[in-house]
Amino acid sequence: MCDTCGCSADSGAVLRKPGNSDYHVHVSESGHGDHHHEGHHDHEHRDHHHEKKSRTIAIELDVLQKNNLLAERNRGYFEARNIFVLNFLSSPGSGKTSLLEKIIPLLQQHTAVAVIEGDQQTTNDAERIQALGVPVIQINTGSGCHLDALMINSAVKELELQDNSLLCIENVGNLVCPALFDLGEALKVVIISVTEGDDKPLKYPTMFHEADLCILNKIDLLPYVAFDVRKCRENAMRVNHHLEWFELSAKTGEGVGAWQEWIENKLKLR
Amino acid sequence: MHEMSIALSIVEAVEAKAREEGAERISGIDLVIGKLAGIEPESLKFCFSAAAKGTLSEEALLAIQEPEGVGACGECGKLFPVSFYYAECPDCRSLRITIVSGEEFVIQSITIEEQEGE
Repeated sequence: MCDTCGCSADSGAVLRKPGNSDYHVHVSESGHGDHHHEGHHDHEHRDHHHEKKSRTIAIELDVLQKNNLLAERNRGYFEARNIFVLNFLSSPGSGKTSLLEKIIPLLQQHTAVAVIEGDQQTTNDAERIQALGVPVIQINTGSGCHLDALMINSAVKELELQDNSLLCIENVGNLVCPALFDLGEALKVVIISVTEGDDKPLKYPTMFHEADLCILNKIDLLPYVAFDVRKCRENAMRVNHHLEWFELSAKTGEGVGAWQEWIENKLKLR
Repeated sequence: MHEMSIALSIVEAVEAKAREEGAERISGIDLVIGKLAGIEPESLKFCFSAAAKGTLSEEALLAIQEPEGVGACGECGKLFPVSFYYAECPDCRSLRITIVSGEEFVIQSITIEEQEGE
């Protein structure tokens, strides 16, 4: 049972806002705010006295089609309002939130920025982003391991996005599942840090294959760890030769300028 | 474990179709899951049995075809089987490979049971 409003939504994503513990919206397909429960079908009782016949029906339906169609709707909305959307993906602890904390103040001088935060629980990340003074909404996925297009569709309705702005979506820390779910973003950014293994692109190829840009974070720690940057980059390029590559430290700011320039160029080219 | 949410979306999709067709229950679901689709068929089957509880597909058998991946070399154009994203062209050793098949993830058909004469 949902402990905030007492409804029986056991699972499913919830939108939250930092600093407002009363605010919460269940993500559902019938718009936002109402509780749409599925699965309470009336069960038809089979009548065993009659002969059954079976037949095969061709469907030819892409399993992810529902998500993909909704993602395209999101994409159309973003395009119409000239909102550039980046989907940030990484393992937990690679520094997605720290990177946003570093880059947002730099970008904010010229462009309005908003953030959607995805985590299983807590509004901790959204609170860190809110401290920067940008609109932010937290999606708590509950038991879910990834964000999907429906969650973004609901979250966007709760966020006051400006035209010509940048929207950063920080996905749930997970290098596997989020790779499969298009959210309607313009580009996917995968982040790895030097405290992880340099073979990560080979271990989790789907994510690196789907990504447009790879950021190697925490390079200030390189003197202390056995991480081969050249090898990591080579591994990433083997999986996806279109991948753009940046090396930086969100902590010290080293390399952040080059990436900022890249984003600003993308914003200009829209 | 994205297989769980995927299992739920399969159950939802086939349920809608089967009801349209007036089915009493779904006895089989044919899926095509390419080897590069990023879906673990065993894990999906496991999740499916939980996802299908109380639906028309509760007793449905999943038949899964798993087509091999095929890569196309960006240098010489050769088509060859690939099992990973980081494939290398067997002819020219290029790493500029584009995956041309093996990523499909489709509900091909369902088998439904219905009352005779309906």
